Amino acid sequence: MNVEALQIFWPFLLFVIMLFIIGIYCISITFNLIRALLGVEILIKAVTLLIIIAGFVSGRTALAQAVVISLIVIEAVAITVAVGIVIGIHSHNNSLDTRKIVDTDK
Amino acid sequence: MNLNIAILIILIMAALWTTMTRSLLRSAIGLAAMSLVLSIIMFRLNSNLAAVFELSVCAGLIPVLFVSTISLTHPLTKQEVMQHMKDRIRRFWYLPFIIVAVGIALSLVTVKLSIKLPPHEIEKNVRTLLWNERPLYLAGQIIVLLIGAFSVVILFKESGKDER
Amino acid sequence: MLALFITVPFFSILFFNLPFLSYFRRAITAWAYVLFCAQIALALRLFSPDFLNIFTARVFFNFNIALDNLSLIILLSSAIVLFVTLVIATYMIDSERKRFNFVNLLLFTQAGLNGLCLARDMFSLYIFLEIVAITSYILIVFDKDIKALSAAFKYVILSTVASVLLVASIALILLLSGDTQFSVIHNAISAQTPNLMIMFSVALFVCATFIKAGVVPFHGWLPEVYSHSPAAVSVLFAGIISKALGIYTLMRIVNDVFGPNIHVNSALLFIGMVSIVIGALAALVQKDFKKMLGFSSISQIGYIILGIGSGSALGFAGAAFHIFNHAIFKSLLFVNSAAIESRTRTTHMHELGGLSKVMPITGLTSVFAFVSAAGLPPLAGFWSKLLIVMALILSGHPVYAILAIVLSALTLAYLLSMQRLVFFGKLNERFSKIKEAEFGFSLAAIILAAIIIVTGLLYPFVLGKFILPLASSGVFK
Repeated sequence: MNVEALQIFWPFLLFVIMLFIIGIYCISITFNLIRALLGVEILIKAVTLLIIIAGFVSGRTALAQAVVISLIVIEAVAITVAVGIVIGIHSHNNSLDTRKIVDTDK
Repeated sequence: MNLNIAILIILIMAALWTTMTRSLLRSAIGLAAMSLVLSIIMFRLNSNLAAVFELSVCAGLIPVLFVSTISLTHPLTKQEVMQHMKDRIRRFWYLPFIIVAVGIALSLVTVKLSIKLPPHEIEKNVRTLLWNERPLYLAGQIIVLLIGAFSVVILFKESGKDER
Repeated sequence: MLALFITVPFFSILFFNLPFLSYFRRAITAWAYVLFCAQIALALRLFSPDFLNIFTARVFFNFNIALDNLSLIILLSSAIVLFVTLVIATYMIDSERKRFNFVNLLLFTQAGLNGLCLARDMFSLYIFLEIVAITSYILIVFDKDIKALSAAFKYVILSTVASVLLVASIALILLLSGDTQFSVIHNAISAQTPNLMIMFSVALFVCATFIKAGVVPFHGWLPEVYSHSPAAVSVLFAGIISKALGIYTLMRIVNDVFGPNIHVNSALLFIGMVSIVIGALAALVQKDFKKMLGFSSISQIGYIILGIGSGSALGFAGAAFHIFNHAIFKSLLFVNSAAIESRTRTTHMHELGGLSKVMPITGLTSVFAFVSAAGLPPLAGFWSKLLIVMALILSGHPVYAILAIVLSALTLAYLLSMQRLVFFGKLNERFSKIKEAEFGFSLAAIILAAIIIVTGLLYPFVLGKFILPLASSGVFK
């Protein structure tokens, strides 16, 4: 049971790590506010996949699905709030560039 | 097993396309495509309810949110688009190579994990689990939805009034 | 009965927002005051030395929640800070409609914080943590100032990354133990040999809570958020939100679920020390009042992490007591800065000066706050820092103890320079005609200063009734 479970788990873990790297790269390199939110979305997809595969390997698919459903609800509300903030920034500055936001220091 | 790996490779390709494409609208569509592939993976792993939820919310509601916010913030002019494209390619072109290299490197590593998996249990139903055993998850979700409704009222209503 | 802590704020929000009961909306502020005072009274009543560890309540909803002494400290501090925030908000927000929205958001925060400290299941801990975090995003941008919006965006991105790391840790724990309840996970993890996956999930979890708490090196969001958010929201943030979301979660998980571990403790000690040093050094060179207070918060959180990392029950109790003390004195400092800002319209320290001649109450209470923050006897801050230092010496880390004592001199230095620049010295002519702060600010400041004095002078009573039960009640297994 142990060996075959790990055989299923290992490729999924690999791809989850690659999705993490893509998400973090997208957040840190971009200059556009909305693309940063897309990077956050990619990270959340990665962690959803991790929950599902952890639930599958340990046999607890029902608990994993309950966790994923709650996670999807929380993610939707967090994206709504973030989009509200982005629209607020745009209505002040008329641009979505992170380099053009008013320098907050001094 | 090979079918799983093939679907996962399609997922990574969709993620790469979402990150590297130059137009924001195409990125939002790429997000919907990623959710679709993830939902197919979930169907294959016996998680039917979560897959349907993911399809309806993450492949339907969230791209609509993104598309509406992209259309509320006006697009760049033609010349800015050209300059922007050159800038982006310079920053982003080496991402696929990094990902492929990392993938190959990690797949050659074999880690000896001697973990003890939990004992096997009878398969439960998601609905009875959520309602009978874990009602606190449902209570938390209801509170979060109410906060979402509040945020729409607070954040969006005022800016509409200002623009008029 | 415990479920009332979560359901009463939630149902009162529903009640006040029903469309056909709009006549009652004016009463929401009074009802919120009643709720916060009731929570303070209940929390004080439920502390008792013979209070056994878990007091579970499974009435008709079958929630998996339980109460123990650590949760009571968070309940008490959050109720006090929410009360003070409501007092300030009643005076600083003008329009009726905005005040209604603000009180609704405060009630959501109360429901979320209560659920956070009562939860006994890892994923419901995460859900309530997200409730408080999402409400805090809305609170920061309440005034829609451009600086607040950009600080909030940076905070949203970092906080969501932290939440993702937390869920990844929960996923690995689900793989190892098959359930998310604390008791089941504890049994499953102690039955396994320490292996790579457990260490990896602990590392992910600790990184996630460090980002949420604002510990170095993840503190990038903290000074800007503290200085650009509205005054009442700064009080709420500094007092309870970064402590409860980050430090309380860390204490609960690292001790109840994973069990004390030598590697984790040494990592915590090191990061705590780095946090104190960098926070204090950065606070010395700041010119803006609120940003300096933000860096001071980073420094004080370092002390709390030193207490946790000492690995003994005494350090744990000292850390919990320091959470309470920090909530009180940091809220008092932010209340004073809000009072100064509402009268002089600036927070630049070099422009202010000699304000204690025109704002005597603000100046006097600020003296109490900074004496407590620097850890001078006989006020409350001294006792909690003494407990942490004693715990460090007793558990075999004398170097860290001596460094902690030396660095509190640095704390004294920057707070004293703040006091001298802002309150003592020559009065600027621009400000010679301003009056004392409004009644609400003075009332909140006097209440908080009174709590500091009472906790400090009546320390033997506080020790016997509140702190020793924490150390010996089996929170530390």
